[in-house]
Amino acid sequence: MARTVLLGLPVPILFLLFWHVGRQQEWELPFGIRMGFLPLPGDVAVSLWDYAFGGINDDAFSQLLWTDLSASALRVVSGFALATAIGVPLGIVMGRFRTAFALFDPIINLFRPIPATAWVPLVALLIGYGDQASIFLITLSAFFPIVLGTISGARQVPERLLEAARMLGTSGAGTLLRVVLPAAAPSIVNGMRVGLGLAWVILVLSETTGVPTGLGSTIFLARDVVRTDLIVVGMICIAIAGFLSDRLLLLVFRLVFRDRPLIK
Amino acid sequence: MTAQMTTGRMADVRLESVSKAFETPGGDVVAMAGVSLTIASGEFVAVVGASGCGKSTLLRILAGFERATDGVVEVGGAPVTGPGPGRGVVFQDYGLFPWLTVRENVAYGPARKKLPKEEVHAVADRFIAAVGLTRFAGKYPAQLSGGMQQRVAIARVLANDPSLLLMDEPFGALDALTRSDLQTELKRIHAETRTTVVFVTHSIEEAVYLADRVVVMTGGASHGVPGHVSRVVPVELADRDVTAPAFNAVKREIAELVHAAPAGV
Repeated sequence: MARTVLLGLPVPILFLLFWHVGRQQEWELPFGIRMGFLPLPGDVAVSLWDYAFGGINDDAFSQLLWTDLSASALRVVSGFALATAIGVPLGIVMGRFRTAFALFDPIINLFRPIPATAWVPLVALLIGYGDQASIFLITLSAFFPIVLGTISGARQVPERLLEAARMLGTSGAGTLLRVVLPAAAPSIVNGMRVGLGLAWVILVLSETTGVPTGLGSTIFLARDVVRTDLIVVGMICIAIAGFLSDRLLLLVFRLVFRDRPLIK
Repeated sequence: MTAQMTTGRMADVRLESVSKAFETPGGDVVAMAGVSLTIASGEFVAVVGASGCGKSTLLRILAGFERATDGVVEVGGAPVTGPGPGRGVVFQDYGLFPWLTVRENVAYGPARKKLPKEEVHAVADRFIAAVGLTRFAGKYPAQLSGGMQQRVAIARVLANDPSLLLMDEPFGALDALTRSDLQTELKRIHAETRTTVVFVTHSIEEAVYLADRVVVMTGGASHGVPGHVSRVVPVELADRDVTAPAFNAVKREIAELVHAAPAGV
């Protein structure tokens, strides 16, 4: 355990070192990356502190992190919750009933490859700018992994358990809730984790829809005022938030399930 | 086993010219045909036969998991149209819900009947005690041995107070010692509950040890003849000592029937 933690350190440290030296020497990398335009890692750390606690730059971005984070988290959670509320029941029904699968599978596979980026212009025209548009894009992105995970879990429910529930007096519909849902739980949880991760990935894009606050909208604002340090700060904050929310989701499942063997 | 164990509602079983055909890509295959059998309330009937003779199919039809292609299937005077809590099934692979504890598995049936919570718990605890698993009530199935899991499965169906207990090679996956323990226990449970039992097994000795009557089935797709009942052998031994010569005589009689070439139907 300690060994794996220690082994995780050298590569990120080398990366920071490379970043620092490359910025000072103004290296030019493939793809036309001009490292001279990067902020110094140290400056990013200072900006991150100021973004969180203020007291250094005292500009429009000081202490803004918590406002941005709560606005972004609210959008991610709303979109994710909505995607779960639609994806899990639909996935269970699609996984168990051939007719439902035949009805919905084509349209799901048709819409799934459309990247959220491609939705942005249409969403801007259809919904306009604001929270609704942002949450719509997040819901859309998180929906697919959740519904697909649920379908695959619902299909793999052992027939024996359905028979057991039926002979103990469960109605056919009742088995969906009492057998299919718990038996599919590991796949559903996996789908939800992927969905939540995607929700954070789509967040920045979803906040190009002109919402006033949020980690994503701050990144775009920082670009407009050429503050590369703040752009990187925003990226770091999203990375941490995405990572922590995955841990948090697992923690919630552990608290709800306790030692019940529902997650493999 | 405690004396206060619930007595199952009594029901007799009536099968009249029952047949079952399965659809396969190569056409319909008749797995079982012309099966007629009457079982009285409280009777313990074992069904033996070689693999593919249709004994499990027969049990699954009684459970309501499969529909008979033809014939009459009645339990307690009512036709069987699907699975239901009146007919409890014990599977060879237990079929316990892995995400529920022993107590929750046993309470599953009573809870579906919308009984008050205290009553559900009381029933579950009583049947867990009846199979000697009180200490393990809070464990999950994966934490138990195969024999213990099968005890839970038996307690689970008994807690549902079935009128008919259907057992599909329930001890087939267990080691010999556990198997003989559970046979003794099942015999005692049957003596106390007088629930009608249909018990499918590969083991002739097990059948003769447990049953009032042994139904011998032969045939099956591989014999070119649909599975059918070749004979029903009453076991009239007062003492079921498996080493006694009289016990062996019954065993031998049944073994000869099982291995005899199936007659044309």
